[in-house]
Amino acid sequence: MSAPKAHAKPKSFQDLILTLQAYWGAQGCAILQPYDMEVGAGTLHPATVLRALGPKNWRAAYVQPSRRPKDGRYGENPNRLGHYYQYQVILKPNPANLQDLYLESLYRIGIDPTVHDIRFVEDDWENPTVGAWGLGWEVWCDGMEVSQYTYFQQVGGLDVFPVSGELTYGLERLAMYVFGVDNVYDLPFNDPASEVPLTYGDVFLENERQQSAFNFEHSDVEMLKRWFADCESQSNALREAGKPLPAYDYALKASHTFNLIDARGAISPTERQAYIARVRDLARGAAAQWAEQQA
Amino acid sequence: MADLLIELFSEEIPARMQAKAEADLLAAVTAKLKEAGLAWKTAFAVSGPRRLTAVVEGLDARSADVREEKKGPKVGAPDQAIAGFLRGAGLSDIAEASIVSDPKKGDFYVAYSTVPGRDATDVIAQAVPAIIRDFHWPKSMRWGTGELRWVRPLQRIVCVLDGKVVPFEVGGVHSGNETEGHRVHGRGPYTVTGWADYKSQLEGKGHVVLSRDDRRAAILAGIETACAKAGLQWIEDKGLLEEVVGLAEHPVVVLGQMDPAFLDLPPEVITLSMRTHQKYFAANDAKTGKLAPNFILVANIAATDGGAKIAEGNARVLSARLSDARFFWEKDKATPLDVMGEKLKTIAFKEELGSLGDKVERVAALARELAPAVGANPDLAERAARLAKADLVSEMVGEFPELQGVMGRYYALAAGEDARVADAIRDHYKPQGPSDSVPTDSVSIAVALADKLDTLVGFWAIDEKPTGSKDPFALRRAALGLVRIIVENGVRVRVLRALAPAIARLLSTKKIAEEKAKLATLKLVSEEYGFHEFYEQAVEVRLGQSAAKQFTSVSKDFAWDTVVSVLIFLADRLKQSLRDQGKRHDLIDAVLELGEDDLVLIVKRVEALAAFLATEDGATLLAGYRRAANILKAEEKKGALPEGLEVDPALIAKGPAAELALWASLNETTAALEAPLKAEDFAGAMTALAGLRAPVDAFFEGVMVNDSDAQVRENRLALLVAVRGALHKVADFSKIEG
Repeated sequence: MSAPKAHAKPKSFQDLILTLQAYWGAQGCAILQPYDMEVGAGTLHPATVLRALGPKNWRAAYVQPSRRPKDGRYGENPNRLGHYYQYQVILKPNPANLQDLYLESLYRIGIDPTVHDIRFVEDDWENPTVGAWGLGWEVWCDGMEVSQYTYFQQVGGLDVFPVSGELTYGLERLAMYVFGVDNVYDLPFNDPASEVPLTYGDVFLENERQQSAFNFEHSDVEMLKRWFADCESQSNALREAGKPLPAYDYALKASHTFNLIDARGAISPTERQAYIARVRDLARGAAAQWAEQQA
Repeated sequence: MADLLIELFSEEIPARMQAKAEADLLAAVTAKLKEAGLAWKTAFAVSGPRRLTAVVEGLDARSADVREEKKGPKVGAPDQAIAGFLRGAGLSDIAEASIVSDPKKGDFYVAYSTVPGRDATDVIAQAVPAIIRDFHWPKSMRWGTGELRWVRPLQRIVCVLDGKVVPFEVGGVHSGNETEGHRVHGRGPYTVTGWADYKSQLEGKGHVVLSRDDRRAAILAGIETACAKAGLQWIEDKGLLEEVVGLAEHPVVVLGQMDPAFLDLPPEVITLSMRTHQKYFAANDAKTGKLAPNFILVANIAATDGGAKIAEGNARVLSARLSDARFFWEKDKATPLDVMGEKLKTIAFKEELGSLGDKVERVAALARELAPAVGANPDLAERAARLAKADLVSEMVGEFPELQGVMGRYYALAAGEDARVADAIRDHYKPQGPSDSVPTDSVSIAVALADKLDTLVGFWAIDEKPTGSKDPFALRRAALGLVRIIVENGVRVRVLRALAPAIARLLSTKKIAEEKAKLATLKLVSEEYGFHEFYEQAVEVRLGQSAAKQFTSVSKDFAWDTVVSVLIFLADRLKQSLRDQGKRHDLIDAVLELGEDDLVLIVKRVEALAAFLATEDGATLLAGYRRAANILKAEEKKGALPEGLEVDPALIAKGPAAELALWASLNETTAALEAPLKAEDFAGAMTALAGLRAPVDAFFEGVMVNDSDAQVRENRLALLVAVRGALHKVADFSKIEG
């Protein structure tokens, strides 16, 4: 085994993404497009959560826009966003050299392992909403968490086999690191030498402002509560009809609607727990039914 | 003699699990060898982020043959018994067995066999896979398509005996003689022949520091050098040190700089953010003793740029963390503590005991009541109690639960609250463990006592006492803390008196009150301790005035049982704490029997009593007391001791001199006890008791209690009752052991 080598730095945020796409594509992953629904994390894309279940092998990678209404900061915080991108890779079963493959992906985007301190720090991931947990690490690069690395053990409350290896890259953070930028909005979105150079701020700053205002001030909580109830009954009905895939979609819709309600701080802790339990029942129910159909 | 090297090479093992896994592996390997009859000279293990390694040196190459003897039936036993013996011993014919003569049992069959020894290789090839399969990790996992469980995927197994691979396979991993070094500095692979070779290759070309001790030493040396150079003083953190020892195979200490502008944040926030989020050590400026704008991290690489990029990157992360912290800090400071306190009403403390807001109300009232006893200003005590829990809903404590109280103090100070109120917000959680100090300011003491008393009485009332090893609400710690606060500060509190309104308030606010019978009992407690108003409140609030009138009789002594049970629990903690200090704890029961519920007085009495019992007077008087008590006990058992026995002095006057002398001495002693007992001068009371020693001795020497004259006999029993009564004013001597 030869000593690891760093590659040239990508030119821009999108270049970094394209590098990852090309790299994981070359590892045999289906390069998927983002799921067309609001989700809080790339894991929730059916390509990860649902495909981790059942006996069939699977490899996929994709960018997933993620929305976390509570994290919105009106574009004023250099590190926190209510809308951001995750890069998600799932390999089922995980190849024996997944750690090496992962590290190589970091070298490809210009991280030089002879200069930077890359560490695997214990972090057991769990997502109670979809009844999933796994063991793995937060991957640190010079103290910055650049990825979450997980070997799924359960999804939807069911043991998974074969075991999937899941990698989640926080793209903005990783890019800020790679480009040595202190403010996310300063990231070069496209090639700074191109004819129309765009920063991350050019693309997203106004969106963060307006979406934060929506999340914290303008959302109609009563309407959202009705929506939640509607999504819930639709999801339940779909499950009863034996259609876990759309049932799961409506669980995702209910989940995002709850996140919006929660961002307004409009519910008591007890109510909050009750909402979380309702979303969990929907998501787990759909996942379990999907697993049954796969078996 | 052979040397064995085992290495289990995996993906990164959580730091907190490594030390135990290292010990467990060594124990398992040596146990298996021993079980197989193999001896060795030395055995040790090392561990690191990616490997557990066990080494056994001077191992027997083969275990000895073992001769086994199997006793059989008598010669001439029935065929069936013979056949069973042959089967069991693995013989085909009885002629193969030997016959042994026994003088008692006669002749019987014995089968001898030799179990051949086994080669160490075979033993190891069987043992190691079993060890791996049965290994206990706090959490383990599967990976790929394998069935094996390990803490993280197991990549390689080295198993070499005297330079040769011991072949086996477990969960798809084949044993071999290849291992890997540091990922960047010298990955390898390396083919190893034994420990010495393994160590020299891995620590050399592989750049892996194998043992925890060596890594710890390297880190400490690195910290010392870095601090000396920069004029810093390391803030020791053993817990974190042990963790980072397990986070790097090739530890390199890097000193980082943070933006000094962050130093306006509370130092606790900065150090905690460094420690919990980033695993950095903090340092003080060696000159000023104040927190320095630096951080010390342990990297897993000797970077080609000397660590400049690592320091820079980490500083950027820390800045982001501290910016977040500053955001919380500013936001929290903009929210008055009273407003935060309002939110506590929506957070459950414990379902049956209401919300945190309810608890705060109870504690505030109790703190006010306790204030005079601890010398605190009641207004400040109540104010502090009202604000004590408010920071639990602050952003900062949401992020760092460890900062509860600490942040509340800062927010209170920022809002211009009295400094003692602010300190009490922080200190009312103290002591947080046996090594933590107790609060010493009166306002803090009042709030700390009120908080802990309310917790104890609450959990007792809903029957959630600790049992055995189960104490999910840390009630033992709360009780021990309470005892320490009272005793170490010499706080004079009648515990039962303090508890009575506490339980009254609980009953008035919660559904425990729905058990109406329990309320009735409360009335008794209230009356006894003069807390009518709480009783009235309790009943009226829950049930209304007309119902309140119905509760005049008692059905179950619930409230009383509860407070007494809490007191006994506290006394047990007091015993434990005295025992820990090497003091006599058996005397506590002797004092408790007096109905004493003032812990400070209990301790004083116990100390005086212990000193007294150590004197000859004390020991002899105790012996005399026991004699008297035994006689009385025997009478009581017979039912022959009438109640309300009074000594008839006229009858005594006619008796022997020793009887008269005891009576006189008893009267003197009783009188002499009064003043010191009132003054809580227990040493003085003991001195007074000492006067009884000689007369009691002389009485038992020269006087027969069991006189033939029934009247005289009864009068002498009455005298003994009086003697016992006098001693019991100081302590119940019957509870004294030894």
